[in-house]
Amino acid sequence: MNFDIALLLIQDGLTNGAIYALLALAILLVFAVTRVLYVPQGEFVAFGALTLATLQQAKVPGTAYLVAGIGAVTMLLEIAAALRARRRQGLGVSGLLYVVIPTALLGLAVWLAPRQPPLLVQVLLTLALVVPLGPMTYRLAVQPIANASVLVLLFVAVAIHYVLMGLGLVFFGAEGWRTPSFTSLRVELGPMTASGQSILVLAASAILIVLLWQFFGRTLWGKALRATAMNRTGARLVGIPTEASGRLAFTLAALFGGFSGVLIAPFTTIYYDSGFLISLKGFVGTVIGGMVSYPLAALGAVLVGLLEAFASFYASAFKEVIVFSLLIPVLLWRSLASRHVEEEHDE
Amino acid sequence: MRHVSRLFALAASAMAVGLALAAPAAAEVKIGVIASTTGPGASLGIPYRNVYTNLPPQIAGQPAKFVILDDASDPSTSVKNARKLIDEEKVDIILGPTFTPGCLAVSDVAVEAKVAMMCLAPIVVPPQKMPWVFSIPQSVPVMIAGIVEHMKANNGKTIGYIGFADGWGDLVLKALEATAGPAGIKIVASERYNRPDTSVSAQVLKLIAAKPDAVLVGGSGTPATTPHIALRERGYAGMIYHTHGVIGADFIRVGGKSVEGTVAPTGPLMVAEQLPDDNPIKKVALDFFAKLSPAYPQVRNAFSGYSYDAFLLVQAAVGPATAKTKPGSRQFRQALRDALEASKEVVGTHAIYNMSAADHNGVDKRARVLVRVDGGQWKLLK
Repeated sequence: MNFDIALLLIQDGLTNGAIYALLALAILLVFAVTRVLYVPQGEFVAFGALTLATLQQAKVPGTAYLVAGIGAVTMLLEIAAALRARRRQGLGVSGLLYVVIPTALLGLAVWLAPRQPPLLVQVLLTLALVVPLGPMTYRLAVQPIANASVLVLLFVAVAIHYVLMGLGLVFFGAEGWRTPSFTSLRVELGPMTASGQSILVLAASAILIVLLWQFFGRTLWGKALRATAMNRTGARLVGIPTEASGRLAFTLAALFGGFSGVLIAPFTTIYYDSGFLISLKGFVGTVIGGMVSYPLAALGAVLVGLLEAFASFYASAFKEVIVFSLLIPVLLWRSLASRHVEEEHDE
Repeated sequence: MRHVSRLFALAASAMAVGLALAAPAAAEVKIGVIASTTGPGASLGIPYRNVYTNLPPQIAGQPAKFVILDDASDPSTSVKNARKLIDEEKVDIILGPTFTPGCLAVSDVAVEAKVAMMCLAPIVVPPQKMPWVFSIPQSVPVMIAGIVEHMKANNGKTIGYIGFADGWGDLVLKALEATAGPAGIKIVASERYNRPDTSVSAQVLKLIAAKPDAVLVGGSGTPATTPHIALRERGYAGMIYHTHGVIGADFIRVGGKSVEGTVAPTGPLMVAEQLPDDNPIKKVALDFFAKLSPAYPQVRNAFSGYSYDAFLLVQAAVGPATAKTKPGSRQFRQALRDALEASKEVVGTHAIYNMSAADHNGVDKRARVLVRVDGGQWKLLK
């Protein structure tokens, strides 16, 4: 191996690592706030990439119908809940969130798709279609059992993963898609050329991470999320609506997932089931962060990206083995180094 | 109590009537089909099956019946289905399963029960050990040998390999190792990647560093484009070959400009119209499309072709077998197997089959053509 190849590998690893970092943060956020191990995170990556690809074919993506459909189901659930509680308060807001906005999005997608809008509009539309799926999934599948044990929540997350993956197959078909590059720019950086797309991914990921950091540190909602993550009961006692926190966590996770999908779509062919493996690597990053630390999770994810690049170079047949074997020493070190805390206890 | 006994009598008489009705039809040739129409193998299993649901119930002038069972892409269900077909349906022959693990599992049953089976997925059949098992699709070495021949004709000396990190990748690499060496072509690099990988840059860098004259991608479908695009992006200018697993419009859709000029082997069926008129396969393949397309418009695919070829082989063997004895008996099953093993120059849509006691696949180089992506289309390479 010479210096040039090492540089190229590092560039490749950093680009992938940046995507993994976004997913690691989303998984960690959801886990901290709702205790759900967010298996379906990858589906949002695939949905983001495939929705954009479908829009570029000037077709209406299936996610537009999905948003409207899940919205309608969620609304029915809200109405049922309101009837049971004999209280109509809040139904108007739900109607707006779950029926009016999704229907408007569907209409917008149907109207915009054949008109081939500029790329930026397509990306925004993609995010607008994918992100609402996050809070709706939360309302539909997680909120009714928000107090169940971590294991039950994990089962539900796996179920959501399969449902969304199946829907992905129905909407986008079994074949893969690739979107054209956002930029054909190539930058000379000393001895190496970096593709504009890689730089875009790194910059966009960094900006999103900084925004998340600012959001946690400076806004009331960010602090509410942190409080919920710290102690659910305590947060509820001081008047933080934990359900809204959960919804917000799922929204942010869907945003991160959809955005990652849009970012990697020009690099690689994305299939309806590609997301799982990608988010699994983000998950390894989360584990390196001990499922608590955001900076460590992001760094861990970048490490996974770098390790993957070098493993592909030296022993491509064992690449996944090497990446996922990283979990074992990390878990060993974690379990030896940290004090054991009983997290599951009945309230 | 009386009520129950009356019911019983009714059932018994109904059964007797049923048996009486079934008796004259007993001379029909019963063909058992095991296809994976659900589960992960369904995208292949459905086109395999659709041929049999759309063929008229007749074979070589005899009435025929297709008994079609789904194994849900699960080898243990394949075995259950095979037992059901043999014990309950008393079939004369089994066509299928449609995936390799299922075929391997069922072959033991076929040998034990002495019922011939024609596996519709590629397996390696040792005829001495498994005299009742036949396999239709071209073996991988037959296909890869086409690539090696093409390379040799173009004075290629070294080849790099990048394939899936799974059974298919292994199979292609083994075939390449077996055929490249004798042709004087050296494999200078061998890399692996996974279907959903987001990046294959590292493997591609290593390939390019080995400076091969050509690269073979051991993938299938659109995931095979991933290393291809990466190779071209990194400025690799040599020839890039693919396997027969990529033939289809989606490969070109995803690969775009970068796959232009790539060469891959395939069965003649895929380019039937472009075959020269003196190729006997052309007529059979066009006839097959014409016959099935009214009821099954997506008939033009490799899997349906294999199903039809199995049917043609059985059809050719039914004549000699019925000359000996009537369908439905042990003697007929033996006669049918013997006739299948004696198949000579049976023209199918994929190959011209010549079975023998030593070869239960029976295909030669006529079962493969080379095609090239030319202007966004697969064109026959003359």
